[in-house]
Amino acid sequence: MKSSLKNMVVVLFSITLIASLCVGLVNKITFEPIEKAKQENIQAALKNVLPEFDASESEALTVDELPVIVHTAKLGEQVVGYAVESMTTKGFSGVFRLMVGFRASGEVYNINVLEHSETPGLGSKMGDEGNSLITSFKDKNLANMKQPLAVTKDGGDVQALTAATISSRAYVDAVVRAYNAVQQIKGGANVATGATSTEWTEGEQPAAEATETVNEETQKGEDNE
Amino acid sequence: MNKLQLITKGILKENPTFVLILGMCPTLATTTSAINGMGMGAATMAVLIMSNIVISLIKNLIPDKVRIPAFIVVIASFVTVIQLLMQAYLPSLYQSLGIFIPLIVVNCIILGRAEAFASKNNALDSALDGLGIGLGFTLSLTLIGAVRELLGSGAIFGQSLISGDGMLIFVLAPGGFLVLGYLMVLFNKLTAKKK
Repeated sequence: MKSSLKNMVVVLFSITLIASLCVGLVNKITFEPIEKAKQENIQAALKNVLPEFDASESEALTVDELPVIVHTAKLGEQVVGYAVESMTTKGFSGVFRLMVGFRASGEVYNINVLEHSETPGLGSKMGDEGNSLITSFKDKNLANMKQPLAVTKDGGDVQALTAATISSRAYVDAVVRAYNAVQQIKGGANVATGATSTEWTEGEQPAAEATETVNEETQKGEDNE
Repeated sequence: MNKLQLITKGILKENPTFVLILGMCPTLATTTSAINGMGMGAATMAVLIMSNIVISLIKNLIPDKVRIPAFIVVIASFVTVIQLLMQAYLPSLYQSLGIFIPLIVVNCIILGRAEAFASKNNALDSALDGLGIGLGFTLSLTLIGAVRELLGSGAIFGQSLISGDGMLIFVLAPGGFLVLGYLMVLFNKLTAKKK
């Protein structure tokens, strides 16, 4: 069709109008099902990281400048645990989000990765069942672990994923943020992150050289299992 | 050209990945595993068929100078609609494919077919062309994904064949280029013999 200013304006205007009407209509229809699906997703993640519970209430907090949501789970009147939707911006490919479940007594019950874009085959292993990061935290109270919390390479006692130290540091950062969020709700003492928040310059690295070789050996041993 | 040829030419003679070399960005980005490649291909095919039909229906109403923006609006609307519908009614599929869906808007295969085929042919032929090119894209992506998954993590469609890691480079970007290049050579060598 020949183009004139008038028909170009009319056609483009009508096409965008019809398109936006259609998208708006679909959005209206799907708004509720999408919200429902999101809720079900969160509920499923909660079930995975918490001991048995029958009711939960959520509260949004800000810990270290990042938003977290704490779900307090109750069985009857008894608080049985806390699940925290935590996040970190320190991942190898930016932001990732974890759901960290704690028992009422403070031990880590389970950790789920909600969303990440870490390198496939390396950092992405933090989402696998029974990886070294989860086993480092599981059934432990963060307050009783070696302070400040860090991966073994930085002098802590969290086993990092092989060849994914940056992702592992960020993981520790997110778990610590979750723990501190629970402490804010309960009114307890915070724990500090270790090297996750610091850029080590050469020579400054605390005791890393000495421990590194040892840790790598133990890690290799575990890999062979 | 008969109807069957419309479909098969997208798979062999005008294969979008190995012959037309279109849509390389989603090809390299999403083929880290066979299932991801297949999902991306299927979602692209759905958008391609629908946008081809609509564009061939409205082709006579659009002034030439604004046809590209008009096509893009149609394509982007379909992608958004599909994204919303998937999010609402197939949340588990959306979980694994969600990040790739908006990428379809910038996939030049879709705009390429709108411009080269749908704007010159009737709705039925355009739908068949969309189906053929879509199938070709899906098969190519699945193949690349399968090779990369096999070499990179020693698994196929998520089924682990060996314990431990494969050659991780194949899951990462450089491996994507390598696999794409060698498959392209192989594909063109095989199809050249048939002529």
